[in-house]
Amino acid sequence: MGAPRPTLAAGDKQMIDWRSLLQPHRIVLMALFAGLVIWCAVSLRWDWIPEYTPLAIEGAWRTIWILVVTTVAGFLLAIPLGLAQAVGPWYLSAPAKTFCTIIRGTPLLLQIWLLYYGLGSLFPQIPWIRGSELWPYLRQAWPYAVLALTLSYAGYEGEVMRGAFSGVNKGQLEAANAFGMPRFTMFRRIWLPQAIRNVLPTLGGETILQLKATPLVATITVVEIYSVSSRVRSDTFIVYEPLILLAVFYMIIAGIITLMFRRFENQTVQR
Amino acid sequence: MELILETLGLARSAELLALNPPGWGGNLLRGLANSLQIAFGAFGFGLVIGLFGASGKLYGGVVVRDLLAIYTTVIRAVPELVLILILYYVGTDLINQVSQAMGYGRVEISGVVAGIWVLGIVQGAYATEVLRGAIQAVPKGQIEAARAYGMPPTMIMRRVTIPAMMSFATPGLANLWLIATKDTALLAIVGFSELTLETRQAAASTRAYFTFFLAAGALYMMVTLFSGAIFARIEKWARRGQPSLRGTSK
Amino acid sequence: MKFKTLLAAGLTASVLAAGAASAQEVKIGIAAEPYPPFASLDASGNWTGWEVEIIGAICAAAELNCVITPVAWDGIIPSLTGQQIDAIMASMSITEERMETIDFSDPYYNTPAVIVADKSMDIEPTPESLAGKIVGIQASTIHQSYANAYFGDAAEVRVYQTQDEANQDLVAGRIDATQADSIAMADFVGSDTGACCEIKGPVANDEAILGKGVGAGIRKGDDALRESLNAGIAAILADGTHAEITSRYFTTSIYSE
Repeated sequence: MGAPRPTLAAGDKQMIDWRSLLQPHRIVLMALFAGLVIWCAVSLRWDWIPEYTPLAIEGAWRTIWILVVTTVAGFLLAIPLGLAQAVGPWYLSAPAKTFCTIIRGTPLLLQIWLLYYGLGSLFPQIPWIRGSELWPYLRQAWPYAVLALTLSYAGYEGEVMRGAFSGVNKGQLEAANAFGMPRFTMFRRIWLPQAIRNVLPTLGGETILQLKATPLVATITVVEIYSVSSRVRSDTFIVYEPLILLAVFYMIIAGIITLMFRRFENQTVQR
Repeated sequence: MELILETLGLARSAELLALNPPGWGGNLLRGLANSLQIAFGAFGFGLVIGLFGASGKLYGGVVVRDLLAIYTTVIRAVPELVLILILYYVGTDLINQVSQAMGYGRVEISGVVAGIWVLGIVQGAYATEVLRGAIQAVPKGQIEAARAYGMPPTMIMRRVTIPAMMSFATPGLANLWLIATKDTALLAIVGFSELTLETRQAAASTRAYFTFFLAAGALYMMVTLFSGAIFARIEKWARRGQPSLRGTSK
Repeated sequence: MKFKTLLAAGLTASVLAAGAASAQEVKIGIAAEPYPPFASLDASGNWTGWEVEIIGAICAAAELNCVITPVAWDGIIPSLTGQQIDAIMASMSITEERMETIDFSDPYYNTPAVIVADKSMDIEPTPESLAGKIVGIQASTIHQSYANAYFGDAAEVRVYQTQDEANQDLVAGRIDATQADSIAMADFVGSDTGACCEIKGPVANDEAILGKGVGAGIRKGDDALRESLNAGIAAILADGTHAEITSRYFTTSIYSE
């Protein structure tokens, strides 16, 4: 229960060494792969691409936007959640723990539907909400999608941060205390940076898992890259080609996330 | 009892969730049974892939290692939803074409089998990494000692490596099991009648969305908490004889 | 050795059994998401509705051993081409676009497509009237193609997995209008939940998109099945079974030549 989800961090750590690509078996593998790509390019249907390019760019942008907003907001929420569980009094730690357990114990798809079709359908029954300035936003699907994904990320990361906060060396905190450092400064200058440095490798993997969760919001009418591929499928009945391109898109984004987190890790000073 | 439900305004919910028709409780439980069956199968299938994958990654030749690296990287970077669609449609299509080419008619692939194989392949990629890490954590000396006694490799695996790595692998495997139970919800997208689709059908037929989504959430929650308890026991059993991790000595 | 022979015999037998069973069974794919009054699910897991009864009647007349198989609507054509089902009878309209991928039987019903909106809204089923509005439609339907072609420039088209979800959002006021089949919509606005809304009228016909009625979808080249389904459809239209079933669900006929 307590351990984090499996992450991408393990095994991908060593930087790519270009010389290692020139071993004979790798050349054969690459030739096979190139052959596969050429076969795909020649024998599958790609004539639909120009027509759907603008839509796909919009969808890709929406996917990235949702990913960035929900991971940042979710992480900001996760800090108090982790802190409450690590050192908070019982009346803070118990709700935080319950929240994390519920988020981690139920499928995200169900959480999204519960928020959009369950909670969302209650709002219109309250007359003043329908008349208020918030209504144009509450009518849209994306606020629910962002909320659901943010809460989900916060739930998983709250658990990770709990471990990170408890893992910081107590002696340093005591030293800061002895210097008369105010509690908030101590948190900002010592506790939080160390906790974040400890979880950076985990966070990279978690962010990729968050990327993989974004297509679920297509089921509540948010137009992102996955729903564009569904649109291509339903318009043209071409099934596999859009899915293959979609898989490639997600692999590229996952690769970029991995590289970004590796840079973060290298920038933080290692003792 | 009925009075309490009445006053809480839950009478209609109780009626909807009754186990026998016209209540939909029985359908939800049937869906749960299907979900668990698939999760179980996929978890087991994933473990088998993981065991082979981990030994391949650790002891295999260069080609095997590269192929396994591609497998785990791709599967872990692409959303399960997309993988399920690709594997579900391509997989069943391929199997049918092969069986027709061999002169047998169409092969009936039940939803359960398709679900198990799709989720199993996804689970296998994660299991490979979990088990590889666990095997690497086993002290080298133990395996070398077994080798020195002249134990054949399979026996070393069975008698030394697997028992010794269990305690390292259990937390990761517990997570994988929870992911398996929750990933079954994605099979709703291909129309397989597991808990999430049953919930959706019940909600659509009765328009009691909140009731059914909350009920399904509670069922998933129960599975999570129950498996948490079981895995805690397994971990305790796997760690027997080892010094406590929370020990004061450092 | 003995064990291996046994195993081989058992495998052969089971493969043969599977082959024999599949030779007779015709798997009819319907949408797993309820679509009342054509197909809906009761709590004991039985599918009922007009289309389910029509399937039964067609199969009885054509002497086919049909098995109803629920499949996700959004993947129903890949399921057919991937051989998980043999025919689609899920209120699927016969359109030229679909005929590039699959074949169809003769139509067994046809109804116009209508626009439904809140009673208080002054909406006409025209692109001009829907400009600036939000129109909800079900994915992979003729209505999606139509809405994209005619309303897509002026209105926001929102895509739902099922018509039921679009209806629900119409009631909740999160969309202004929805386009769907007239019969399904008549059923919806007649229900308690749909009381807010009314049918604003049929959209202008475009046969290339809206098709020539609803037929059974089958794999390309599966002519034997198409012939027997056509014979079944002709038989129930001729002997009055079609009209009898229709009269139990609807007040007017939903089939015209």
